[in-house]
Amino acid sequence: MIYLKAFLAGGLICALSQILIDRTRLTPARILSAYVVLGVALTGLGVWEPVVRFAGCGATVPLMGFGYAMAQGVKSAVAESGLLGAFTGGLTATAGGVAAAVLFSLLAAVFFSAGDRS
Amino acid sequence: MKFNRKEYQALYQKASPSSPSLRNVPAAFVTGGVICALGQALKTVFLAAGLEDQAAGTAVSCALIFLGVALTAARLFEKLAKWAGAGTLVPITGFANAIAAPAMEFKTEGFVLGTCVKMFSIAGPVLTFGISASVIYGVLFWLLGGAA
Repeated sequence: MIYLKAFLAGGLICALSQILIDRTRLTPARILSAYVVLGVALTGLGVWEPVVRFAGCGATVPLMGFGYAMAQGVKSAVAESGLLGAFTGGLTATAGGVAAAVLFSLLAAVFFSAGDRS
Repeated sequence: MKFNRKEYQALYQKASPSSPSLRNVPAAFVTGGVICALGQALKTVFLAAGLEDQAAGTAVSCALIFLGVALTAARLFEKLAKWAGAGTLVPITGFANAIAAPAMEFKTEGFVLGTCVKMFSIAGPVLTFGISASVIYGVLFWLLGGAA
């Protein structure tokens, strides 16, 4: 059942990340960057695709999935338009997510404030 | 009061919140798992609505990003993240929060130089590394004859 697989795979990735954070005090910026690069690398090596096929969103919703989408995008763009595709594929494939994150955050900043953080 | 580096380090260690893995790790597991299962459920809905596989994936990302930003705006994300740690950070909701939280927080420093600049304080490195890695991968793929 795909929902259970997504739950288990996604949970496992987050649990391992928690251990990593507890042990190393890595900042979120470093962890998220590392995971995106890891996603690109694992997809390039052909490792992530089988994980996605097994776990569905359990493999695509964590930030490695962002790298996976970029690598997949680059792959099909290169197949279609050659070297130029190496430059267009990654952002094209993730444009929806990036645009959504920027616009929604901008709206949130306009209509809400962070408030007192003490 | 003056401290040497070692004393300061000890003091810092003592003052930092302890992260008992026994509680943190299961919390991260459950939260991360639930978010991914929710993503899967959304994907089923989008596929049923007639979207193709890749488009459905993008739609799932957008929906979860909306959820992450909405929870941040409602100041609920912070509370959830305190409990769930990596469970909310590692899924795409964490990326959404990483943009929305500084965007809101630095509004006091101005709209352009506060909100618009600081919203990329975490997303900037993520995009820089992600884009660079994907271009490098694309060039390698092209060199190895992937265009054929």
